[in-house]
Amino acid sequence: MSKPQRFSNFRMLLNQPALLLTILFIFAILIIFIILPLINVFRLGFTGPDGGFSAETFIRMVSDPGYQKTFWNTMKLGGLVACISTFVGYIFAFAITRTEMPGKRFFRGIATLPIISPPFVLSLSIIFLFGRMGLITNKLLNIDSFDVYGLGSLVAVQSVSFFPVAFLTLTGILESIDDSVEDAAYNIGASRWHIFRTVTLPLSLPGIGSAMLLVFIQSLEDFSNPAVIAGNYSTLSVEAYRVITGMYDMQGGTILAIVLLLPTLTAFAVQRYWISRKSFVTVTGKPTQKRRKLHEKHIVWPLFGACSLVSAVVILLYGTVLAGAFVKTWGVNNTFTLEHFKYVFSMGWDPVKNSIILAAVSAPISGLLGMAIAYLIVRQKFFGKKIMEFSSILTFAIPGTVLGIGYIFTFNHEPLLLTGTAVILVAAFTFRNMPVGIEAGTTTLLQIDRSIEEASTISGAGAGTTFRRVTLPLLRQAFFSGLVYSFVKAMTAVSAIIFLISPKWNLSTARIFALFESSQYSGAAAYIVIMIVIILAAIALINLLVNLLFKPKYLKRATTK
Amino acid sequence: MSKDIVEDLRQRSSGVKMVNLAKVFPSHEGLGDTVAVNHINLEIKTGEMMTLLGPSGCGKTTTLRMISGFETPSGGEIFIGDRSVTNVPPNKRDISMVFQSYALFPHLTIYENICYGLRVQKLPKDQLQERTKKVIELMELKGMENRFPNQLSGGQQQRVALARAVIIEPKVLLFDEPLSNLDAKLREHMRDELRALQKRLGITSLYVTHDQSEAMAISDKVVIMKDGNIMQVGSPQEIYEFPANRFVANFIGKANFIPCVYRGMDGDYAVVALADTVYKVPKPGVMSGIEAGSECALSVRPESVRLVRADQGSITGEVTRAVYYGSKVEYEIKIGTGPIIVEVYNPQLSERFYEGDRVSIALDDACVRILK
Ligand SMILES: Nc1ncnc2c1ncn2[C@@H]1O[C@H](COP(=O)(O)OP(=O)(O)O)[C@@H](O)[C@H]1O
Ligand SMILES: [Mg+2]
Repeated sequence: MSKPQRFSNFRMLLNQPALLLTILFIFAILIIFIILPLINVFRLGFTGPDGGFSAETFIRMVSDPGYQKTFWNTMKLGGLVACISTFVGYIFAFAITRTEMPGKRFFRGIATLPIISPPFVLSLSIIFLFGRMGLITNKLLNIDSFDVYGLGSLVAVQSVSFFPVAFLTLTGILESIDDSVEDAAYNIGASRWHIFRTVTLPLSLPGIGSAMLLVFIQSLEDFSNPAVIAGNYSTLSVEAYRVITGMYDMQGGTILAIVLLLPTLTAFAVQRYWISRKSFVTVTGKPTQKRRKLHEKHIVWPLFGACSLVSAVVILLYGTVLAGAFVKTWGVNNTFTLEHFKYVFSMGWDPVKNSIILAAVSAPISGLLGMAIAYLIVRQKFFGKKIMEFSSILTFAIPGTVLGIGYIFTFNHEPLLLTGTAVILVAAFTFRNMPVGIEAGTTTLLQIDRSIEEASTISGAGAGTTFRRVTLPLLRQAFFSGLVYSFVKAMTAVSAIIFLISPKWNLSTARIFALFESSQYSGAAAYIVIMIVIILAAIALINLLVNLLFKPKYLKRATTK
Repeated sequence: MSKDIVEDLRQRSSGVKMVNLAKVFPSHEGLGDTVAVNHINLEIKTGEMMTLLGPSGCGKTTTLRMISGFETPSGGEIFIGDRSVTNVPPNKRDISMVFQSYALFPHLTIYENICYGLRVQKLPKDQLQERTKKVIELMELKGMENRFPNQLSGGQQQRVALARAVIIEPKVLLFDEPLSNLDAKLREHMRDELRALQKRLGITSLYVTHDQSEAMAISDKVVIMKDGNIMQVGSPQEIYEFPANRFVANFIGKANFIPCVYRGMDGDYAVVALADTVYKVPKPGVMSGIEAGSECALSVRPESVRLVRADQGSITGEVTRAVYYGSKVEYEIKIGTGPIIVEVYNPQLSERFYEGDRVSIALDDACVRILK
C-alpha cells in the first residue's frame, strides 16, 4: 500500500474512535496473552544464571540421548497417528459425502463423539479392556502378563481421538470437489475405481495433506493420553511436565516444550500457507445441482462395513467407560454401585463446578472475540491486519504445555499477577480456543456479500452497531460453532491448565488425572460420564440461546411457508 | 400523502464536488498499479441526476465508492455541499446508497429493513413509525411489512432497497448498477419509476451504469468515462449530438468517421476538404484540439446518412451488406475511404438496395460533426 493511502486510511480510522479503540484493545490483549507468553517461554529456556543469554540447558537437553529418543518417539507417534486417522477419516468422509451409504447420520454422530468428549476416556477404556484386570485380556483370554501400556495403545487411542479432525477437514474438501468432473469421466466409460484414482483422489490430496498435518499437531499436543497410557514410551509433552513437576527443572522442561513447539509450528505453517492455498486452486467451490451419488453395491457395502467396524470400536470404548462408572472396582469387584457418582456429586463436585463456571465464562468471551477478530480482518482496513490475523490463530499451533509454561512465567508478578486466580484459567481457555471461531467466522464472512454490511454503514451505523445488528446475526452459525468448541475445549483441557490450576481453582480434568495416578479408575469413569452429560446438555443449551438471541425467524418462515 | 418526506428530502439535498479525485490500486503479485480513477473533476448540482457511464473497468464503481467513503482516495478531495468529506467515514457523510445486489438484511423483516437507519439514529418510537409508514406508502410497499427479503420479487426488493436508502433523508443518493439484476422488461419499468421518483424527491443522485440507453433515459447529465478519465460531461442530448471525441461518438450510439482535412472557418461554417471535394459544415461541434490544416474526421450517425441512386450524390460506393431488421434496414457501403454504415428507418417508405448495388450517399449537413 502506498504511503499516502495508508495515511488516508489511518485518518479515516481516527474519525471512528470506537473502531480504533477496539483494534488497539485487541492488539493489546493479543500481545499480552499470546505473544508475550511465547516470548517468555524462549526467555525462560535461554537465560543463564547470570541473567544473560545462555544455550547451556538447550545443549544439555538436546544432546541427552534419552531426550533425543523422546523427540523421535513423539514424531513417530504423530506420524503413525496422522496416517491412520487420516485413512479412517477419509473412508468416513468419502462414504458420507460421495455415496448413498445408509446410516449417514449415525456415522456422522460417531465421528463427532471423540471431539466433544473429555480427555482420558479412551485411555481409560483401553485399560478397562486390556489392562491387568482387563475384560478382554484377563477375563476372556486369561492372559495376565499382557502389557497395555506403550506405543500400541497410544496409537490406537489417539487414532480414535483424532480421526474426527481428519474427517471434518476431508468432508469439506470432498464436498467441494465438483461432481461434474467425475460424471464426465464416467460418461466416457471410465470405471469408478479408475475415476477415483485419477480424479477424486488427486483432487483430495491437498485435503489429505491438511488432515495429516492437523492430526499430527493434535497428536504432538496431546497430553492426557500419553500421560496415562504410554508406559515407558516417553513423549515430549508429558516429559516436559514430568521434568518440571518431578525434577523441579523448570528450564529443562521449558526446553522440551520449545522442542515440541517447533514441529507443531512448522506443520501449522505448512498446512496454512502452502497446502490450503493449493486446495483453493483445485476446488471449484460452488456446489452444483444434486446428482445421484455412488450407489453400486460393491462400493457401498464394503464402505458400510468399514464404517460400522470403526463405529463398533468407538461404541465399545465409550460403553466400557459407562459400565466402569457403575461398578465398585473394575475387574476386582464388579457389583453394581452408584457410590462413585455419589462421591462426585458430594465431595468431588467442586472441580466440576469450577470447570463449568470457567468454561461458561470463557466460551462467550472467546466466541465474541473470535467473531470480532474475523470481522476486523475480513472487513476493515488498518495497519497490522496480517499481524493480528497471524497472532490470533497462532495458539492453535501452540501446545497447551507451552502456553501453560508461558502463562505461569508471564503472570506471576505485578502488574500482571494472575497466578492462582480464575482469570489466568479463563485467559488460557479464551485464547487457546479462539482460532476455531476465527476460522469459522472468516470463512462465513468471505461468503457473505460485503455490501450487506456496507448498507448498514451507509444507513448511519458505526462499525460496532453494524457488527452487533448485522454481522453477528449473519455469523450465527459460526458463532455457535465457536461457542461450542470453546466450551467443550475448556471443559476438556488438560495440558494447558495442568500448570495453572490452584487449590482454590482445581478443575475436573486435573481431578481425573489425579484419580488415574492413584489408579482409582472407576472414580475417573464416573467423572467422565458426568462430564459427557454436561457437555451434551451445554451444547443443546448454547444452541437454544444462540437461536433465541439472534432470532433466525427468516429461516423458520422460509421453511414453513 | 407523504408530502413532508418529499419536502424534507428536497431541502436536505445538496451538491457534490470532486476535485482532482484519484484512486490507485496497488499492484498485486508484481503486476503494475491500477489507476482506477485518474484525477477527475466533477460537480453534481443540487437535485440533479448524474450518470457515470463507461465500459466495464473504467472506474465508475471506484468513483462511487470514494464518494460513499468505502474507498479512500489516493488523492484529491470530495465535497458534499460545502463540507469536505474526504476523511469522513461513510456512516457520517449524510449519503445513502442503493447496491447492485440490493444488499437487504436477510435476517430482518421488510419493515425492519426500511426503518434500519432510523433505529440506528435512535429516533423516538412514534416518529420512527410515522416516517416508516410514509416511506412504505411512498414506495407502494404496503402489506409486505412482515415479510422477509427472500419472500419478495426482484422488483419489490429493489423498492425496499430504495425505501431504506431514502428514509434517512440523505443529501445525496448513490446507485451502483441497481437494475442490472432485473430482467429486461422489469428493468425498463423500474428505470422509469426510479426516474419519476428521483424527480419528485428532487434528491441529488449519482447513478452508475454501463447500459447507455439506461443512462440516456434516466439522467440530467451523463458523464462518459474511459480508463479512469472523464471523456465528456453533458446532457444526454449534448452527448449524443455533440460528442467530444471519437470514443464518445462510438460509445453512445454508432458513428461513421470519414477522414478529412480541416481548412478553417468561413463564418459559422467549418470548411473541410475530403479528397478533392470541399465541404461546409454548419454545426461542426466542439472542435477541440483541431487546427487549420490538421487531419480530422467527419463524424456522422448511420441514421443521418441518406442513400440515393448512384447518379444523384457526390460520394458513390457499393452495397456490401444489407440487413433487414423490420424497423430499419442496415447497409454497409464501401466507399474510397472505407466502409460506411447507413441505417434507413421505416424501410417501407424508401427504396431498397441490395448487395452489389451501386449507390451514392448524401449527408445531412446539419448532423455532421468534426472530430479530431
Ligand atoms: N479492490 C480493488 N483492488 C484492485 N483493483 C481494483 C479494485 N477495485 C477495482 N479495481 C480495478 O480498478 C479498475 C476500475 O474498477 P471499477 O471502478 O470497478 O470499474 P467499473 O465499475 O467501471 O467497471 C479496474 O481495472 C479494476 O480491476
Ligand atoms: Mg462496476
